Amino acid sequence: MTGKPPFESVVSAHGSTVLRVCRAVLGPADADDAWSETFLSALKAYPDLPADANVEAWLVTIAHRKAIDVTRAAARRAIPVAEAPETPSAVSGALGGRAPDGQAPGGWGRDPEGGGLVADGDLADALTRLPAKQKQAVAYHYLAGLPYADIAAILGGTAEAARRAAADGIARLRRSYPGAGAGRAAEPRTPGRATGRPAAPRTTSKGASP
Amino acid sequence: MNADDMAGALAQAFPDHPDQLSLLHARLAAAAQQDGVLDVAYRVIDSPVGPLLLAATEQGLIRVAFALEGHDAVLQSLADKVSPRILSAPGRLDAAAREIDEYFAGRRHTFGLPLDWRLSAGFRRTVLGHLPEIGYGHTASYTAVAQLAGSPKAVRAVGTACATNPLPVVVPCHRVVRADGSMGGYRGGPEAKRALLTLEEAAA
Repeated sequence: MTGKPPFESVVSAHGSTVLRVCRAVLGPADADDAWSETFLSALKAYPDLPADANVEAWLVTIAHRKAIDVTRAAARRAIPVAEAPETPSAVSGALGGRAPDGQAPGGWGRDPEGGGLVADGDLADALTRLPAKQKQAVAYHYLAGLPYADIAAILGGTAEAARRAAADGIARLRRSYPGAGAGRAAEPRTPGRATGRPAAPRTTSKGASP
Repeated sequence: MNADDMAGALAQAFPDHPDQLSLLHARLAAAAQQDGVLDVAYRVIDSPVGPLLLAATEQGLIRVAFALEGHDAVLQSLADKVSPRILSAPGRLDAAAREIDEYFAGRRHTFGLPLDWRLSAGFRRTVLGHLPEIGYGHTASYTAVAQLAGSPKAVRAVGTACATNPLPVVVPCHRVVRADGSMGGYRGGPEAKRALLTLEEAAA
C-alpha cells in the first residue's frame, strides 16, 4: 500500500510557494523565520495529516498562523504604534481624503493615494504594505493559487469576502503601482477620459450612424 | 481590469530563491534532528556501482539502495513502512558515506556502522546476521549459508533473504553465490555483484 509521500517531496513541491507567501505577508526580513517555523511544525504534524488533504492549503494555513506569531513577536520588540495594522476600519469602503498626516495605511479600504505608498516603485514592497486582509487574500490567491473558499477558511468570513479583499488589494496595487500589469496600458480608454473631459458619453460615436 | 496581468506581475515580483531555499532546507533538517522528528534522513552518494541511496533512522543505517531499485520508490516504501517524516539530510549519513567510500577504495574490509534492522525480520534477519561471517574476498554457497543459519534445508529461503537484504554492500549478501560457482541474482543487478566480488578479490 502506498501512503503519504516522503516529507522531502512536500518541501520540494511547496517550499518556494510558501517562501513567496511568507515574503509577501511579512517582507524579506522575517520571511525566513516564518518559513522555518512553518515547515518544522508541518513535519511534526505530517504523520497525522489525512492522506487526501490539500497539502498546499494546509501549509499556507500553518504559514498564516506563523506569520501572525512573527508579527506579534516583532510588535512586542518594537515601540507600540497608535494603530494596530490588523484592525479593520469600521467603514470598509471609506474613501480617501481623510487619511491623516502621513500615517502608514492601516485599515481596510483606506485610500492610499497621496500617501506615498510605493516610494520605490517596488511591487513586492507595495504588497507587503497592503492592509493585512487584502495582503493575505492577494498572496494566498495570486501567489499560492488557493481558491477563495480555502482562503475564507484561513482568514475567517465568507469566500465572497475573501474574493472582495483580494480584488480591493489588487485595485489598490494597481493604483499605487501603475507599472504592474501590461494589461493596464492595453485597456480601452475612451477619448473623453484621455482628454480629461468630465464624463465619457454613454454611447460612443464609434459605429453610430448619424 | 485584468487580474491575470497582475498575477503575472506579482509572480515576477516574488521570484524563486533556490539558494535561499537550500539554506532553509538545511536549517529545517538541523532543527528537525534537534527536535527528534527527523525519523529518516537520507543522502545519495556516487559509487563505482552507480549512485547509492543511504537512509538512516536515529538507530542507525536502515537502507542502502541501488539506482536499479528506483530511489523514489525506495523512499516511498520507507515512508510507508517506517515514517513519512523523511528529509534529505546528509549529516546523519556522514559516517556511512565515509565507510562505503573506504570500502570501494579497497581500504575497508568490515563495516562498523550502527544498523537499524527494522526492515528485516524472522529467518531472513537471522540469515543476514550471519553474512558478515563470510570474510572479505571470500564467497559461500546458499547451501552453506543455510547451514550457518541453522536450517540446512532452507536454501531457497536464504536466496529470498539475500534478495531482500535492505542493507546491500554493508551486509555482504554479494558474497553468497550458487553452489556451481555462478553468481546468482543480486538486488543491484549482476554487474554490481560482479564488480563487488572483483573489487574484493583484488583488494583482499
